[in-house]
Amino acid sequence: MEAVDPTIFRLAIFVLAIFVGYYVVWSVTPALHTPLMAVTNAISSVIIVGALIAAAAHAEGAGIGVWISKGAGGLASALAAVNIFGGFMVTRRMLAMYKKKEKKVEGK
Amino acid sequence: MDFANISALAYLISGVLFILALRGLSSPETSRKGNLYGMIGMAIAIGVTILSLLGKGDLDPVTIVIILCGIAVGGIAGMTIAQKVSMTSMPQLVAAFHSLVGLAACMVAIGALYAPQAFGIDDGAGGIKTQSLIELSLGVAIGAITFTGSVIAFAKLNGNMSGAPIILPARHLINIALGVAVVALIVTLIVTHGLATWAFWGIFVIALVLGITLIVPIGGADMPVVVSMLNSYSGWAAAALGFTLENIALIITGALVGSSGAILSYIMCKGMNRNFFSVIMGGFGGDTAAAGSGAVETRPVKQGSADDAAFIMKNASKVIIVPGYGMAVAQAQHALREMADKLKEEGVEVKYAIHPVAGRMPGHMNVLLAEANVPYDEVFELEDINSEFATADVAFVIGANDVTNPAAKTDPTSAIFGMPILEVEKARTILFIKRGMSAGYAGVENELFFKDNTMMLFGDAKKMVEGIVKGL
Repeated sequence: MEAVDPTIFRLAIFVLAIFVGYYVVWSVTPALHTPLMAVTNAISSVIIVGALIAAAAHAEGAGIGVWISKGAGGLASALAAVNIFGGFMVTRRMLAMYKKKEKKVEGK
Repeated sequence: MDFANISALAYLISGVLFILALRGLSSPETSRKGNLYGMIGMAIAIGVTILSLLGKGDLDPVTIVIILCGIAVGGIAGMTIAQKVSMTSMPQLVAAFHSLVGLAACMVAIGALYAPQAFGIDDGAGGIKTQSLIELSLGVAIGAITFTGSVIAFAKLNGNMSGAPIILPARHLINIALGVAVVALIVTLIVTHGLATWAFWGIFVIALVLGITLIVPIGGADMPVVVSMLNSYSGWAAAALGFTLENIALIITGALVGSSGAILSYIMCKGMNRNFFSVIMGGFGGDTAAAGSGAVETRPVKQGSADDAAFIMKNASKVIIVPGYGMAVAQAQHALREMADKLKEEGVEVKYAIHPVAGRMPGHMNVLLAEANVPYDEVFELEDINSEFATADVAFVIGANDVTNPAAKTDPTSAIFGMPILEVEKARTILFIKRGMSAGYAGVENELFFKDNTMMLFGDAKKMVEGIVKGL
């Protein structure tokens, strides 16, 4: 049997993840749509993985290209870090505000 | 098992944790735990990447400095912003964050183009694999559109730029031409095996321009759709690069974020009964100013004072509050909660009704009310509360207009015909807090203002509500 290109498997993961996303997001309560956007922002900054690889590009005589890559990687790390720290923290701040009615305290 | 496989599994785990982070948002109780899962997932992804770079011996001192500086500067900036930002400016913040994801995606694509060996995408002959070039081009194009588009959305939401649509002559032609140019450059890049770096920069620059020309024609109040759409774009850009990096966490996240943004755009469009394409084509709400000054409405309205409103509500048994963007602008949510507390002490039942497109982003009103300590189980979505207006004594509309306009049901010629509305007209008395008689965003006159059982409360929303609190 011929070997299947690993890209096909990644494509399969991608397509299935779209479906997972579809069902998971529909189950999000509309009251939390703003935190949803903030947290999707934070998680999409997992692109920092690519930034780190670019920043770690090797300088063995490859010249200017490597330094462009390192610079772009450093900048991308900073941008993604803003989102990671900012995104998760602002989401946490928002979620901490959602409270239930305090029925017992009212004593009705 | 070698390290590559272990790290792939770790990325899979962080992808799953991200799914759980979104899953947690199905209710406020589980959401906090979900956010924690998200953070753990992110920590795993970053940790594994660092370890694998370390394993390959790629972490020389210079690299370590670059990475640490980047993360420290970005992290401190992010934390500071997250702590200081006010809940009212959440739409701007989210737009700004989207722009950063877009730009970061572009930077990663640039890094991959100039150092293909580091990403393992070189074709062994000095060039780059065709498949990777397609992914990189898509990543940079979508990333750049997300970047400038979000900057424009930010400026419109933040008031640095007028919310009115800017209509360029022949804008659709311009956009199509730019789109064709991007495709031509992608082909050039592929044919030259990635050696024509000018073509790559061309894609980058044209996509930056495209981001601007696509978003400027869209009006301020359509921003909920735009922000959701850009959310979706940032996801697809991440996913495209996920294929280049062969990184499962990035592919899963890109797919999640992409579909999340798309669903939110759909919900927002449905809330306005508008076609997604008609929204992104823009131009809507452009004649508001013209309509406002042109047709002067001369019919009389019943006007009331804060004391009148306080008296009416005190004697009611059920009040439904309908907040809109005007409440956010006036920062009236805290005063509003105080008013609701006073009413509850008087034995009045108080509920809040939220229209899906109230505010400038999905869920904007809910966050503001939560900020003011309004319990979330008193806040209801349109379909859950609409039937209750008939049994309500008072519908208290604060800073909303179009979302209550019965013309959406009765007048087929109206610009908002077919839009689902909150049926406040069924309440016994309707109180409207407005600054003046101007029409809403859609430029449509609201018949409710002239009804016998409507009382208009003209003034700043916050001051008016504070006045009512005093009168209670």
